[in-house]
Amino acid sequence: MNDTGPDLRELYQEVIFDHNRQPRNYRPMPEADHQADGHNPLCGDQLTVFLRIEDGVVKDVSFVGHGCAISTASASLMTEAIKGKPVAEVEALFHDFHALLTETPPPERDFGKLAVLAGVREFPVRVKCATLAWHTLHNAIVGAQDPARTE
Amino acid sequence: MTLLTDLPVSGNGQPVGASQLDVAADFPILARPVHGRRLAYLDNGATTQKPLAVIEAERRFYLESNANIHRGVHWLSQHATELYDAARATVQRFINAAHADEIVFTRGTTEAINLVAQSWGRAELRAGDEILITTMEHHSNIVPWQLLCEQTGAVLKVVPVSEAGELDLAAFDALLNHRTQLVAITHVSNALGSINPVAELTARAHAAGAVVLVDGAQAVAHQAVDVQAIGCDFYAFSGHKLYSPTGIGALYGRRSILNAMPPWQGGGDMIRTVSFERSTYAEPPQRFEAGTPNIAGAIGLAAAIDYVREVGIERIAAHEHALLEYATAAVDAIRGVRLVGTAQHKAGILSFLVDGIHPHDLGTILDAEGVAIRAGHHCAMPLMTRFGIPGTARASLAMYNTLADIDALVAAIDKAQDLFGTRNHG
Ligand SMILES: Cc1ncc(COP(=O)(O)O)c(C=O)c1O
Repeated sequence: MNDTGPDLRELYQEVIFDHNRQPRNYRPMPEADHQADGHNPLCGDQLTVFLRIEDGVVKDVSFVGHGCAISTASASLMTEAIKGKPVAEVEALFHDFHALLTETPPPERDFGKLAVLAGVREFPVRVKCATLAWHTLHNAIVGAQDPARTE
Repeated sequence: MTLLTDLPVSGNGQPVGASQLDVAADFPILARPVHGRRLAYLDNGATTQKPLAVIEAERRFYLESNANIHRGVHWLSQHATELYDAARATVQRFINAAHADEIVFTRGTTEAINLVAQSWGRAELRAGDEILITTMEHHSNIVPWQLLCEQTGAVLKVVPVSEAGELDLAAFDALLNHRTQLVAITHVSNALGSINPVAELTARAHAAGAVVLVDGAQAVAHQAVDVQAIGCDFYAFSGHKLYSPTGIGALYGRRSILNAMPPWQGGGDMIRTVSFERSTYAEPPQRFEAGTPNIAGAIGLAAAIDYVREVGIERIAAHEHALLEYATAAVDAIRGVRLVGTAQHKAGILSFLVDGIHPHDLGTILDAEGVAIRAGHHCAMPLMTRFGIPGTARASLAMYNTLADIDALVAAIDKAQDLFGTRNHG
């Protein structure tokens, strides 16, 4: 534990506030062909991710739910990052994104806007908030029945 | 320990203002900085810090007195047994139980409630019997009863709470009936701070023929508790919320009820005789203390109770009450803050929401300022559902808190609103 205190500005960047205040792709999707619920029991965050996949490509993605700024912004940024991408690439991105928050990310990966969430590294208890949407997305893709948990 | 007895006093001799107690120096951990800041520890509802007297008592036990109890003819074993028995008597006096054998040592409140559910409950309850709890219970006073209902076919009934966080007493009366075998209520709500009129509720429950269990986890450290005055049949609490080590707590059970209860765990120390055909069981409390107990923990708990008595539970209650009033006014005055739990009778717990800032984010920002609070559902999910919220931020007080801790809390909320740009909300 460092002594001077974590830098809150590293965690709460402008992009995060922006996506928290105005989450992108925040809507239910009645025509979704994949969906899953996610729940972080520690803080009560709850969300549903909707997907429309055609020919192995994410044609549309959206989410609804409630949570802290980190989880809401992360869900919003995720929807922007994966729309139009092949499912296999989305799963690889999740893998690398997780590494970005917890260990060493592959240097060749360009995270784009997702990089703003790297600040979560300094706040280990908040990693679950940032990954909830991704775990839920993964469950939606593989069609898991149980709600995703960040435990 | 410094008691600031020379503070101004009011006409009736009561100290004026919120800072009549100054005991922080007795709690070594409070002197450590967190994130380079002075620590304002306001998560006492989760667990309290320990005074040096308790840390030393546990250390001294291992340095000078350690042995197993009830088992040795050797001197150390007898010495350890005496200390353990003395600890039980200390707990007895602290909550004014009539007899020391009415005190069963447990791991804490959770284990005490599970003991009652699995021993008393499984022996006494039949399909169709009712257990009455309230919306403001901690999960540990909900789930053991749900398990018992699954096992026996009994039915769980729930007393609602008002918008202010007070029990609906009319609904309590209406739900109480001849099928009600047990009323299990919290003395003080861990999420709202509401103090329930447990003596009154016990009287009503007894009149209906029900047995009463009171969850005292959030009460014993903050007000004088007299189980005979309450009249309840069971009273459960955790040592770690009472300045003691973790892993120790107690169940008070009225002697006549404990005597009739079957064992709930089998093993050493809880038997009288064992043969492969049949075993006979020890009298309470040993009947409910199978295996080697947390001996050092019991001794730590007794040391904590001695410490609390020395400071004075009435002084502690008055101090925390004054702090709560100060904190309530200060936090309520912040624009965009909504208090959750505004019961008329409250213990030192302040739950609140800040407009536009999720409690979890608030917890992180306050932490960076050295202010430790809890954010979340406080193990009371049905209560959060009742209020239509996922959780709250909760500041909970202990005897060592000061006005400076409250000021740090208010300043940190201010900082969070700055960071989130939500100062003009609400
Ligand atoms: C009201 C209440 N009941 C029960 C418990 C459970 O206590 P423990 O976890 O020490 O068994 C708590 C504390 O978390 C509580 O606040």
